[in-house]
Amino acid sequence: MLREEELKTFVDGTTRYFEVAAQQPATIGSPYLLEGEPAMHDYTGMINITGKREGVVYFTAPRAMLTVLLMKMQESDFSHESMRDLVGEVANTISGNARRDFGHDFVISVPSVFAGEKPQISQPAGARAFVIPIHWRSHSAKLVVSLT
Amino acid sequence: METAKDTSARRPVKLLIVDDSNIVRRRIERSQQFDDLEVVGTAANGIEALELARRTDPDLVTMDLTMPQMDGIECITQLVKLKPEVRILVISALSDKATAVEAMERGANGFLDKPFTDRQLNEAIAELMY
Repeated sequence: MLREEELKTFVDGTTRYFEVAAQQPATIGSPYLLEGEPAMHDYTGMINITGKREGVVYFTAPRAMLTVLLMKMQESDFSHESMRDLVGEVANTISGNARRDFGHDFVISVPSVFAGEKPQISQPAGARAFVIPIHWRSHSAKLVVSLT
Repeated sequence: METAKDTSARRPVKLLIVDDSNIVRRRIERSQQFDDLEVVGTAANGIEALELARRTDPDLVTMDLTMPQMDGIECITQLVKLKPEVRILVISALSDKATAVEAMERGANGFLDKPFTDRQLNEAIAELMY
């Protein structure tokens, strides 16, 4: 089961992503245990985890935040496809970086992306899910981590 | 001092960009700052990359690892058989040491972690090609 101290890996990964990719740090709120279903934003990128740990990591963000993030990355394409691409890439990058601490057997899938529909999230039985709140400029997003 | 003959003799370095994210592919294309680097193709998975490599004969390939259909490790293995002289820069979020070692053993020449800055990208390319 995911321990509180292991959350630091994902907090650090999220911090690094915004510092480097967006060149503007995000404020990370205190992680909390998810009870019930989390409020999803407009776009969600989800990574399935297999190997020595099982579960999901997903990043969900509003369109307005993703638009500004793309602008900071010098992108000029703000289409639906770019939004889908970006949430998938954020989830992929943060999950992939977690292998620094979780090791080679922390196997990540290619991203599944959901927009405007309820994501099909298969959380492993008995796994706790933590929400990591992300505040960037005037926007808020979430990283949700649920691992055995 | 460089002469006109020297300049004309230098052929462009042909770059193939492989990543399943359009945003990352465009970012690499936009951020590289070498006048003699010519992007000859972009691919979203290993299968497309091998097909493009056959057609465009790249000198340098930037290679993502986590991709659908054919991942980067398998693509590196096949690419090195196809073009033994090609230089491969892995650009991936998979930042554990074992993955980097495996990529190098299959034939990659450099490894850059995602996320990356423009400066880190250009330094990694320079280290491999210049």
